[in-house]
Amino acid sequence: MSGTSQTVVQHGASGGSSAGQACACPECEGAIRFDRPPLRSQVVRCVSCGVELEVIETAPVQLALAPEVEEDWGE
Amino acid sequence: MKRAAIIGAAGYTGGELLRLLLDHPHVRVEAVTSRSLAGQPVHRSHPNLRGRSELLFTTPDQVTNCDVLFLCMPHGEAAKQIDRWSGVSPLIVDLSADFRLRDAAAYRTWYESEHPAAGRLAGAIYGLPELSREKIRESRGARLISGVGCNATAMNLALLPLARAGLIERVICDIKVGSSEGGAEVTAGSHHPERSGAVRMYAPAGHRHTAEVLQELGPINLDVSITAIEMVRGVHCAAHVIPTRRVESKELWKLYRAAYANEPFVRLVAEKTGLHRLPDPKILAGSNYADVGFEIDPRSGRIIAMSAIDNLMKGAAGSAVQAMNLALDLPEALGLTFAGLHPI
Repeated sequence: MSGTSQTVVQHGASGGSSAGQACACPECEGAIRFDRPPLRSQVVRCVSCGVELEVIETAPVQLALAPEVEEDWGE
Repeated sequence: MKRAAIIGAAGYTGGELLRLLLDHPHVRVEAVTSRSLAGQPVHRSHPNLRGRSELLFTTPDQVTNCDVLFLCMPHGEAAKQIDRWSGVSPLIVDLSADFRLRDAAAYRTWYESEHPAAGRLAGAIYGLPELSREKIRESRGARLISGVGCNATAMNLALLPLARAGLIERVICDIKVGSSEGGAEVTAGSHHPERSGAVRMYAPAGHRHTAEVLQELGPINLDVSITAIEMVRGVHCAAHVIPTRRVESKELWKLYRAAYANEPFVRLVAEKTGLHRLPDPKILAGSNYADVGFEIDPRSGRIIAMSAIDNLMKGAAGSAVQAMNLALDLPEALGLTFAGLHPI
């Protein structure tokens, strides 16, 4: 289990709907798109680098790396 | 409809070319040659094409004028015969190593012989669209496009963004390859009891494809080791890069996206989790895609740049067809969008 990253990225106009917005992944800066308004604690996956991201704020949208179960690659 | 011919079509790259061109909407293959199989149907050496073509192998002297000619002859033969074939077609794509290097001295160093047609080297275009797209597009008149080395392609695509950014202090490419790299001819090394299960480092140093990388990426500090493993198709490159300065993942994403975001056949595969998080040639068999990824060792700062291709496709016939599309002003991806198989 890895810890939640301190890296946080904020996007979106304060108080407005975030649906249709494109945010940047805090890991790779790839576009994260919301087709409906994001909810706090919602987990989304970056299609570029594959990390799971948690919505920690919605107005404006703030994303942080979500804790993940790491795989055992023969260790 | 463009008329095509394949010289030396009985081998693996010739078979791949034929497979691709039979489905190409703007190309009709009119002749395929093989001295040893003349008069025989193409499925005699390419059983996957049974029922797909009524072509019979012919001898080379039966080939008449065409719009594009692919040369798939043993290394050295294309150079000896280039004047003859230049009179048959205004566009030649040579899949051998004969015209990949532009410098005759470099050819002498790496191939240990004088080039039989050194005067043609400077005019040949290196046939990897990711490196030569504009040269191919803008070329006019009689054109000679070289094929690409499969291992060189894996290295070039893995390293191109880092080389452009001047980030390579030193790099060692550890390459794993499948048995089809050895071609269709039987050798002692391809004998099943010898080849099956082998982990055979057949080129710890000095592989000729190194020269193509140095030519295309510039004078980087490069070493290459190549190992044959239990695989039929595929090249996997793990390029261990000591960078000129420490970099972060975000910077690499930026560099690789800048290089490849608009490339139709290069995909970035660098996910943090999952079974298929990094490039693997297994899922690329039959596909023209090149998967490219990277990771940074947080302890040392070493960059591990990775790539995977099908050696017969992106590393040979696929890139050749992609280059042909560009040269003929056709959509670049025509006939090449097969995504591969999974599972396989």
